[in-house]
Amino acid sequence: MNSSSRFNWLGWLTLGAILLFWEIVSRSIPRVQLYIPPVSQILSALGQLFLSGAIARHLSVTLARFLEGYLLAAATAVSLGIVLGYFRSLHSWLEMLIEFLRPMPSVAIIPVAILILGIGDSMIVAVTVYASMWPILINTIDGVRHIESTLIDTGRTFGLSRGRILWQIILPGASSYIVTGLRIGLSIALILVTTAEMIVGSKGLGFFILDEERSMNSGNMYAGIILVAVLGYALNRGFLALETKAMKWQHGMIARKVT
Amino acid sequence: MPILEVQGLSKSYRQAGGETTAAIGNISCLVNAGEFVSFVGPSGCGKTTLLMSIAGLLPPTSGRVLVKGKEVAGPPANLVLLFQEYNKSLFAWRSVLGNVRFGLEARGDHSAAPKKARDLIDLVGLKGFENHYPWELSGGMQQRVAIARALAYQPEVLLMDEPFGSLDALTRLELEDTLLRLWAELRTTIIFITHDIEEAIYLSDRIWVLSRRPSQIVQELRIDFPRPRDQVTTRAEARFMEIRNDIYRQISNRGAP
Repeated sequence: MNSSSRFNWLGWLTLGAILLFWEIVSRSIPRVQLYIPPVSQILSALGQLFLSGAIARHLSVTLARFLEGYLLAAATAVSLGIVLGYFRSLHSWLEMLIEFLRPMPSVAIIPVAILILGIGDSMIVAVTVYASMWPILINTIDGVRHIESTLIDTGRTFGLSRGRILWQIILPGASSYIVTGLRIGLSIALILVTTAEMIVGSKGLGFFILDEERSMNSGNMYAGIILVAVLGYALNRGFLALETKAMKWQHGMIARKVT
Repeated sequence: MPILEVQGLSKSYRQAGGETTAAIGNISCLVNAGEFVSFVGPSGCGKTTLLMSIAGLLPPTSGRVLVKGKEVAGPPANLVLLFQEYNKSLFAWRSVLGNVRFGLEARGDHSAAPKKARDLIDLVGLKGFENHYPWELSGGMQQRVAIARALAYQPEVLLMDEPFGSLDALTRLELEDTLLRLWAELRTTIIFITHDIEEAIYLSDRIWVLSRRPSQIVQELRIDFPRPRDQVTTRAEARFMEIRNDIYRQISNRGAP
């Protein structure tokens, strides 16, 4: 857990060195510069895009689609996973379906979604929900199955109803697995939003990146890519911060097991 | 009227191969309100199965359990089972206070919860550890939390499944005394399971000795050492050793010399 809380100087130094290398190579070799402009140029393009307000709109659209899709996926997959993990017979019914759909690259569903939902927001959100649901669902089911039976018997002997057992014992008991699923789902959701925007969008960062590429504005294109990268990084950090807070009880437990 | 009545209870399991194993043969007994009774038997004699059946967590194959005259169909509201594996039974995501409060909340007692929970934590000797998480505590302390949580539920009958079985010898003696003190104070009926013969004698009013599986009651003993009992003087009585040897012969099938 230390690596996430301590400021990692070496890591940032590596990143800085690569950017510097990029800057130098791009400036000194014109053929490279044609395809990969210097970092400084990209950053100034990004700055201008922010100042003119041109990119803020795309960013907010992407963020909104991401949040809608991801939160919907999280709520659906966690509830479904708890039910499927708890009621084993139900899981037997659905197991093969899940095992067939899960390994399929989720982008393959995009044409189907376009066919059914058209090319609007709802289609982008739908494929995001679909794709990011799987890791959350699978991990939640796994988490519920790994709960000690003694824990559930404890709930029963204290006279808890089935609903309260699910809510007060199974959900927190499976939470470390659920969090792992949520973290994987987060990255997948961002991938799907961006990809879907590249295919059908008229707004959003995915659309922006591809549109600038088609207009030969490689500086702006790279600015868009960097922004997506920063967005992904920020979302991940935000997630980790929330996780550290919510799972405080567990971090100490793991730290002690390691030492 | 007895608070708990076991009538002709038996339990068999169907194994993977289709064979059935009988865990409990045919057990009948009565427990009076406020009594401290123990089942003693060799390991693997189905003691846990018996307690799970009494707690309504396992349906018996035949026979029935009555709590205050009412047949047990699921976990009864006025009875709680304390597991041997405190580390699997405590809620890792709740602090000591949170775990104890769970017992009160399960009762539907929300109003005075924090205050009552603190009193109970105090009573089991964990004052100052309210905000610790279970993993920060030793095994003995964790079992104290589990006891406080069970008592918070204010059960009329407390079932205990080898609660001190995985603790070291000294901690064990300490917890035995804590338990007796709490029992004297709260007058809960306690049904205790152990394979430690001396522990059963030290704690109980009555002991049922169980045979190997399928378990049956082979002997009933009344233990009338005066209370409060003392780890040194009670255990030093000649009669204590006599009872111990008597039970040991029963369990080990050695007969009288």
